[in-house]
Amino acid sequence: MRKIIVLTAVLIAFPAMAQTSGGGDTGGGVVRAQKPVTGEQVYGAVCQACHMADAKGATGAGTIPALANNPRLAGAAYPIMIVTGGKGAMPGFVGTLSNAQMAEAVTYIRTHFGNNYAKPVTEGDVAKLAKPPSAGGH
Amino acid sequence: MESGVRAPTRRQLLSAIAKVGGTAALYQAMTTLGHAAETQFHGPPNLQGARPGASVIVLGAGLAGMLAAFELTKAGYKVRILEFQNRAGGRNWSLRGGDTYTELGGATQKVAFSPGNYLNPGPWRIPHHHRTLLHYCKAFGVALEPFIQFNHSGWVHSSQAFDGKPVRFNAAAADFEGNIAELLAKSVNAKALDDTVTQEDRDKLLEALKGWGMLDNDYRYSASLKASGHRGFERPPGGGVNGAPIPSKDLYKLHDVLDPQVWTSMAFFMGHEMQTTMFQPVGGMDMIGKAFARQVEGLITYNAKVSKIAQDDKGVVVTYADTATGKVTDAKADWCVCTIPLGILGQMDLQVTDEMMAAIKAVPYSGQVKIGLEMKRRFWEEDDYIYGGHSFTDQEIALISYPNNNMFKDGPAVLLGAFAREMGAYRLAGMTPEQRIEVALAQGSVLHPKSYRQEFASGASVAWSRVPWTLGCCARWNEDTRKEHYQTLVGMDRRIVLAGEHASYVGCWMEGALLSSIDAITRLHKRALEA
Repeated sequence: MRKIIVLTAVLIAFPAMAQTSGGGDTGGGVVRAQKPVTGEQVYGAVCQACHMADAKGATGAGTIPALANNPRLAGAAYPIMIVTGGKGAMPGFVGTLSNAQMAEAVTYIRTHFGNNYAKPVTEGDVAKLAKPPSAGGH
Repeated sequence: MESGVRAPTRRQLLSAIAKVGGTAALYQAMTTLGHAAETQFHGPPNLQGARPGASVIVLGAGLAGMLAAFELTKAGYKVRILEFQNRAGGRNWSLRGGDTYTELGGATQKVAFSPGNYLNPGPWRIPHHHRTLLHYCKAFGVALEPFIQFNHSGWVHSSQAFDGKPVRFNAAAADFEGNIAELLAKSVNAKALDDTVTQEDRDKLLEALKGWGMLDNDYRYSASLKASGHRGFERPPGGGVNGAPIPSKDLYKLHDVLDPQVWTSMAFFMGHEMQTTMFQPVGGMDMIGKAFARQVEGLITYNAKVSKIAQDDKGVVVTYADTATGKVTDAKADWCVCTIPLGILGQMDLQVTDEMMAAIKAVPYSGQVKIGLEMKRRFWEEDDYIYGGHSFTDQEIALISYPNNNMFKDGPAVLLGAFAREMGAYRLAGMTPEQRIEVALAQGSVLHPKSYRQEFASGASVAWSRVPWTLGCCARWNEDTRKEHYQTLVGMDRRIVLAGEHASYVGCWMEGALLSSIDAITRLHKRALEA
C-alpha cells in the first residue's frame, strides 16, 4: 500500500480516452492513472504486470521472459528496442510512456535484479531508437 | 397448398439469390431488404461432402476452435481438438465460489463467492447485432437475459470536476446538453451562424435547442421543471398536499460538465458495439462455452501443451506434451485450424512461411484487469436506486458495473469492481490479488462511501497479462500492422489456417472469433476438396 500512496502524490498524467468503437469491449470514460517517474516506479506500475515483481517472468502455455540475471541486457539497444517497439504479445510503449520514463525503466532494469550494467540510458538514447506509434487501434 | 403461386419466404428468396449470385449478391440483397447491414453473418456455413477419411486437428477449445470442430464434423471430417487447459471455453469463462485460479507468477486465488454468484473475467456482454454468437446460443440452447447496459442513474466521477464528488449520469448529461444548447442558441441569436445556416433552419435549430436542450423562453438553461425532468428534482412529483415537484436548483457549472469524463461517458453509449440491447447468458458467461463443449463432446484432449506444428504435402504433425504427465505425443491430421493466441503461438516451432511467422509476431495483446467483489447486500439498489448498468470513474478501476440479475433479492451479490485498461490495468496487474482488492475497495468507496467496505465479503481478480494460457486479453492491431500482416495472418499457410478474435476485424469480441472461424473453415474445406 505504501507505494500506492506515494504515487498518488506524483503528477497526474493526461487522461487516456476510451478506445474508439471497434476497439473491442472497453470500460468507457477517461482514466487518469498516476504518472510514474523513477525507474522503480515505472517498473512497478507497468513492467511488473507481466515480468513480475522479482523480474523472473513466468511460464504457462507460453513464456514471459525473465529480466533478472539476463545477459541480453548488457547492451542498452536491445532493451530499448523492445520497450519502445514491443515484441510478440508485448506492446511497444512509444505513445504510452515518455522517452524519459522508458529511459528510467531500462536503466533501472539494467542495474537491478542481478543485472549490473551501470551506464544510465538517456532520453536521447531512447529517442534515437523509438519509432512513432501507428494510428488507430484495431 | 396444392395450387396457386406461393410467395417465397424471405429465407427462400435469399437462398435463391445466394445460389445464383453468390454471397456478395446475397449480402447486397439482404442489405436492401434492410436486415443485414449490422453483420457479416449470413447463417451457418453448411459445409458438406468432405473427402472420406479426411481429418482436421483443431488447436484450442475456445469458441473459435469448438465452432470449427462442430461444423467440420458435420461436414464429414474426422476432427480432434487439443486444449492447454483442463476446461473448454477459453476466454469465455466464469469464476464461481469454490473455483481456484492460479495466475502466472504463482498467485493462487480461491474464489469464495456465494452459490449462484460469479465473475466473468473475459466477455461479459453481447451486442444485439452479434448475430453469429446469438445464432449459436439459440441453436445450442443457451438462455440469454438482458444486460443492463445503459443506466441513467449510475454515477459519473471525475477527480477534477464536481469537487471530486460522484454525480448522477442523468444530471451530468442533462447539464452538458443544456449548457451546449444554450451556447449554440447564443451563437444563433448573435447572428454568428447567419452565413452558414438559412433563416428557416436557424428557426428550426432554435426550436430544437429549446426542446432537446431544455432551454427556457429566453434560450437559457436554468433551474426549471423542464430541466429537472431530465436531471432529477429537488422534490420529485408526488401525491396529495405536497405533490407539486420542486425543480433542482444547483445546476452543474459549464466548467464541470466540460470535464472529459462527462462527454466520454455519454459518448460511450453511442458506439455501435455498446448500443442497447445487450445480452448475457443466464447463470454466467461460461454457459456459452459449456454449450459449445457439449456439441463437440469426446473430441477434446485436455492438458495438451503444443510445442511444434509441422507440415508437408501430405499433412500436419502437431507435437504436444501432456501437462500432467509430461508425455510427448505427435498428433497427425490432414489439416489444422489453429486458434492459439498469437503471443503464445509465436513462441512455438512452426513450419509456416516467414511472412506468416512475422505476422504472428507482429500483434501485441492488451492486458485488461477485472475484479469481482461480493457484497453482503445490494446497497446500490437499496440505497442508490441503481439497477444494473455502470458507474464511471477516472480512477484506475475505470468503472463499477452492477449485476443484471436477481434484482431486489436479499443476500450477497457480486459487482464488477474494476474493468481496468492500459495504464490502470498495468498497475493493477502488477499487484498481488490482495492488493488489487484493496485498491478496488478504496477507489470504489469514492462512489459508494457509506457501504462499499462495510458490505464487502470477498473478491477475485483476473489480470489478463498474467493469464497462463493467453498472455493477454485481446490482439491489438493498428493501421500499419493491418496493412502489412492481416491478409497473411488470415490466409491459409499450406495446410494450416488461423482463427480467433485476432483473425478478425471484430477484435476482442466472441463474435470476431466465430466469424473468423467460419471464414477459416469455409476456405479450408474448399482447399481440401481441391487438393
